Amino acid sequence: MTQAELRLCSLLLQEHFGEIVEKVGNSLLRTGPRPLRLLVGDTGLLPDQVKKALCVLIQHNLVRYEVQPRGSVEYEARSERILRILRYPRYIYTAKTLYGDPGELLVEELLLHGHLPMSCAVARVADRLTETMEDGKTMDYTEVSSTFVRLADTHFIQRCPTVPESSQSTKAPPPPAPALAIAEKDMYIVPQLSLVGKGKRRHSCNEEEEGEHKAKRQKQEGGRSETPPDDGIYWQVNLERFHQHFRDQALVSAVASRMDQTSSEVVRTMLRMSEVTTASGASHTQPLSSNEIFRSLPAGYNIGKQVLDQYLALLADDPLEFVGKSGDSGGGTYTVKVTWGPGAFWAPPRPFPHPSLILLLLHRFGSRCARIFRLLLRKKHLEQKQVEDFAMIPAKEAKDMLYRMLSENLVSLQEIPKTPDHAPSRTFYLYTVNVMAAARMLLHRCYKSVANLMERRQHEMQENKRLLDKSQRVEAILASMQATGAEAAQLHEVEEMITGPERQQLETLKRNVNKIDASENQVDETIFVLESFIESTTKRP
Amino acid sequence: LSMAGRGRGRGRGQMTFNVEAVGIGKGDALPPPTLQPSPLFPALERRAAPLPGGEEGEYMLALKQELRRAMRGLPYFVKPGAPRRDIERYSDKYQLSSPVDSAIDWNPDWRRLPRELKIRVRRLRKGRTAPLVPKQHVALDKEETIKKLESLEKKEEEVTSEEEEEKEEEEEGKEEEEEEYDEEEHEEETDYVLSYFDNGESFGPDSDDNGDEAVY
Repeated sequence: MTQAELRLCSLLLQEHFGEIVEKVGNSLLRTGPRPLRLLVGDTGLLPDQVKKALCVLIQHNLVRYEVQPRGSVEYEARSERILRILRYPRYIYTAKTLYGDPGELLVEELLLHGHLPMSCAVARVADRLTETMEDGKTMDYTEVSSTFVRLADTHFIQRCPTVPESSQSTKAPPPPAPALAIAEKDMYIVPQLSLVGKGKRRHSCNEEEEGEHKAKRQKQEGGRSETPPDDGIYWQVNLERFHQHFRDQALVSAVASRMDQTSSEVVRTMLRMSEVTTASGASHTQPLSSNEIFRSLPAGYNIGKQVLDQYLALLADDPLEFVGKSGDSGGGTYTVKVTWGPGAFWAPPRPFPHPSLILLLLHRFGSRCARIFRLLLRKKHLEQKQVEDFAMIPAKEAKDMLYRMLSENLVSLQEIPKTPDHAPSRTFYLYTVNVMAAARMLLHRCYKSVANLMERRQHEMQENKRLLDKSQRVEAILASMQATGAEAAQLHEVEEMITGPERQQLETLKRNVNKIDASENQVDETIFVLESFIESTTKRP
Repeated sequence: LSMAGRGRGRGRGQMTFNVEAVGIGKGDALPPPTLQPSPLFPALERRAAPLPGGEEGEYMLALKQELRRAMRGLPYFVKPGAPRRDIERYSDKYQLSSPVDSAIDWNPDWRRLPRELKIRVRRLRKGRTAPLVPKQHVALDKEETIKKLESLEKKEEEVTSEEEEEKEEEEEGKEEEEEEYDEEEHEEETDYVLSYFDNGESFGPDSDDNGDEAVY
């Protein structure tokens, strides 16, 4: 793990789970899998604090455990999963676009709690939706349930591995930790539950006693002796499936910008048909016949069969190889290529929702650097002189740019000796791009960027802490005054407690924090593309 | 063969490869050597492209901030225990301030977690059986006692872990044992101390010491 990844993981844990969990996570990340005692020693925390932290981390799938042959249990942090916390908003938003508000809230609840039983998730979401509805209306459980089922059917959520059934009469001592497992075929089966009910509205007058209420309710919920019908069956979000969806989206928009709207719809249809049949590591979808595709086109699209065939032929012929022809049966069978070759990187320089990342980053170095880089990608190896000529850039400038890129590891020098003694005067020196190295370097930079952004944001908040606290107090006072029916003049007086310049300061703070947050989201998009590229390239045998 | 490159300093920076091939012509000035680390905030040569706005971006931004806020309020956000007051006040017993360090205020499914992680709530030191039995027995004993007690307890009651007992059975160093004892005495708020000896540690400003005092 690189330092940049470690730092980012640390920040994410601290921001979402607090410092105690961060310390424990940090120790696991830096020194590798270890048992509980060593963790306690390392972190200097109280044993109970460490245990609590581990429970939280395991609950959220950020740490896994394994029973060692000698009986102790070792804990291991899952760094790549911790980094996914950055992407939570994107998962939730996607669920919203696909399945509306119930879908959005279901995914959100599952992410917030790590994993939940279906009955619990449905109840919570129904309550939350009810809060937003008009007075007197409630959200019925059935609608939320059916959304849940749809999410499971399309594999966006999946069952967690379960505790193995063990007979009670066994004499052997129970293991120190359960060995959870689940078969692939069971992962998406929704238990037959009849969840009946409606969402409940939380009474607003209980706001002050809420602390107490919550404690009582929790006790109740925990102590409720009637076990829910789906006891032991927990659900979690299937992040990989969301990633597949993002890749599909990027593919469709790449096709749309390179060709036209209709071809992108064709590709989108093909991808939709292959949603659950494409294995997660596959490079292509299953072959689909053009007849099948024609039948599955969305209702609004009235293109004739021949037109569809022409589109398919065009797509198959395109050098970027989005679609491949795999056979002739059924009017021709086609597959969609779902892995990302260097084509994902080096995309046509047209306005494009996901512009080539190299180009994006090369905005830092300038458009001429970008030109040289593209040239090298295409021609693979070039000498200094050739670079100057092909790129039509004066020698001095070209040299300067090449060296800068060289120092950043975006390009590298390859020696080709002419003579066996490798004499420098008789050796070719060629510039080349090592795509994988460049990708990794950029990814590392992205991690660093996000970590920097987060730290800056926290710094901004910390600097203005006093003002933020004051503003919160004033808001609270205003709210309570309004509730007790104060006059406008009194309200105004309270509002005045925050002076004009202070208001300005708060406005600026809000703007900055928003900007930083939006940037973090943006960088995560880049991280996703780079990670997908690296992963798909290293997977190839 | 190796003598060829040994003339250091003769001529401007001789290098092992033919510099012309890489593009440094004769007579070109090389940039001066860098003698300090690069500046913390290097000058921006060009400004970054503006962030993409739009509904999607706005919504995700709101989601992100909302998520952050929500997670701070969930029980998964582990807060360190409240710092000990200098004098124990009567009102402490009734305050709903942050939970005792080790209380776990959500109910994980303990069947899915390693048993060593389970935090027990215990009132009296009844369950302290001799350390010769295997760990499971101790656990079972406790489970029964706990089930009875759990329904009566309030959240603020002391929390200790069964780990302490298990630890005694292991060949841990003495230090760890002392540490546990101290911890226990820190967290107890009832009158019953392990050894029925009330050395007044629960009161007064000394309770934060990490017990150099002998334990009886």
